[in-house]
Amino acid sequence: MSLKRPAKDQPKSFEFNSSSLESANKIISKYPKGKQQSAVMALLYIAQKQNNNWIPLVAMKYIAKLLDMPYIKVYEVATFYSMFNLSPVGKYFIQVCTTTPCMIRGASKIVEACKEKISDNESELLPDKNCSWMEVECLGACVTAPMMQINDDYYEDLDKEKTLEILDKILKDEKPKPGSYRGRINNEPENGRKTLMVLKNA
Amino acid sequence: MLKDQDRIFQNLYNDLGSDLTSAQKRGDWVNIKEITEKGRDWIINEIKDSQLRGRGGAGFPTGLKWSFAPKEVGSRPHYLVINGDESEPGTCKDRDILRFEPHKLIEGCLIASYAIQAHVCYIYIRGEYFVDGQKLQAAIDEAYEKKLIGKNAAGTGWDLDVYIHYGAGAYICGEETALLESIEGNKGQPRLKPPFPALIGLYGCPTIINNVETIAVVPTILRRGGKWFASLGREKNTGTKIFCISGNVNNPCNVEEEMNIPLKELIEVHAGGVIGGWDNLQAVIPGGSSMPLIPKEKCETLTMDFDSLVAEKSGLGTAGVVVINKDQDIIKCMARIARFYKHESCGQCTPCREGSGWMWRMLERMAKGEASKDEIEMLGDVTKQIEGHTICAFGEGSSWPVQGLLRHFKDEIKKRNNFDPIVKETQNIPYLVDQHLLDKNA
Repeated sequence: MSLKRPAKDQPKSFEFNSSSLESANKIISKYPKGKQQSAVMALLYIAQKQNNNWIPLVAMKYIAKLLDMPYIKVYEVATFYSMFNLSPVGKYFIQVCTTTPCMIRGASKIVEACKEKISDNESELLPDKNCSWMEVECLGACVTAPMMQINDDYYEDLDKEKTLEILDKILKDEKPKPGSYRGRINNEPENGRKTLMVLKNA
Repeated sequence: MLKDQDRIFQNLYNDLGSDLTSAQKRGDWVNIKEITEKGRDWIINEIKDSQLRGRGGAGFPTGLKWSFAPKEVGSRPHYLVINGDESEPGTCKDRDILRFEPHKLIEGCLIASYAIQAHVCYIYIRGEYFVDGQKLQAAIDEAYEKKLIGKNAAGTGWDLDVYIHYGAGAYICGEETALLESIEGNKGQPRLKPPFPALIGLYGCPTIINNVETIAVVPTILRRGGKWFASLGREKNTGTKIFCISGNVNNPCNVEEEMNIPLKELIEVHAGGVIGGWDNLQAVIPGGSSMPLIPKEKCETLTMDFDSLVAEKSGLGTAGVVVINKDQDIIKCMARIARFYKHESCGQCTPCREGSGWMWRMLERMAKGEASKDEIEMLGDVTKQIEGHTICAFGEGSSWPVQGLLRHFKDEIKKRNNFDPIVKETQNIPYLVDQHLLDKNA
């Protein structure tokens, strides 16, 4: 279980803007009549996206009303799942995978790079609120370890130097290119591919 | 090595493009109408003949699972749920299917839905795979546009809607009943079984839950026949499987290979060998982090399938092979896995919630050499207290890797933690008064 606390400074009100409301209604329509509660996770995502990547308590109350469910159930869901941020994170939110497959390929170097460039502590916002980082559990890109996720994108096959380059770009508010940083194509072996050669050479 | 024409996932490395036109060139969606016209029983029998076992970790026979769905649709509709909550450390196969072979998955959804008489299919994808999920969504939109799914899907006369549901970073939602709870909008805490989801599942309705890879291989099996699939691998462990080889190898990669392939061939041929040579190998985790590790001596002759790994007191799991060489501290590696389980325990059952943290703290101290001699026995006891005492298989998943470490690397731990406890035991009183411990001492 992850330990999560809602932020101290909470906004007074929250409401979906028209585009959020439209996508929320679209998602609710995916589920059978009377089961609109199923949409709670998707709606929390929408709220998170609208509110600079974190969910205030008022947004949970708003969603509870919208889906006709008790507030505490929305709160339960928001605190249970680790991808819902209950306090502000950076505009660029960096998640470094440090689980065993990444660890044995040197994830600690990525963490070092984050500490050097961003801040000594996890989940600590830079004064300009641009960047924050944290260690997370397996992100499911183990054959391209070590890797990190910045917002929605995966940055794979990293080492310390390349991480520093990526972080430099981000601090300058540029978006680095996602994917492998050793130039490999997807999850194929880097050199000496033995399978499906006809297709590769086609 | 498996022949290229026998590989199901021709586009595993995205040489050909994942869009509908390229997928159709590879044979997807071609004679879908003919397949469904042969009827439900034929489909289920063909899958039974192929001896396909679930690719999500447990290896349950897929044809058998489908036959559990009620034959007649009663007052409650049937559902098909696809499990794409791939979070097992060492595994990243489903991601490649989602982004490069989405049409195989969607076509499989149609066939499976038809076979179990479901009109709605939910694909549960872990939240971190948002970008890959978008690619799948694009493929779904394409399929709707070409009328391959929707009303009268692909001219089969069957109506099917496919929806994606994103998770939000909870490993436990890969457990099938936790996944259902999550779709229903609750915390992802597993349910007690029985009742099994095939009778009472999503919204209390009959539900069949399959892994992404399982469903994606179904269309090819039906096209080429269950016999063809059963001819690969060996009895009860048939077909092909995507292996993910990560860790200390020269070329970590995903590769589709025949079941029962020797582990050494997988590592040496496809992954370019262990870093520092084969002699530098320390241990291998054969099937994702919940499976007990296997030391080097046994890796020489080990073959990768469900039953031969069970014989080694491990398991194929998701086929996420994590190679650990001698440059790594094996206790530290396992301590990190224990930390993963401590973080991901849903907190519903006490043995797992408390035990996973306990194991992690002990292993951390053992890695530093700060544990006393008797704690090694205690650690073994803790794993036994968790295993089998929880609602879901997470209890086993968290304790098996630690048991594997104790089984094969006990000497290493003893060497590092070789001092007596500060408080000495004078009487033989078990630290937990628990019936099965008392029996053991008797």
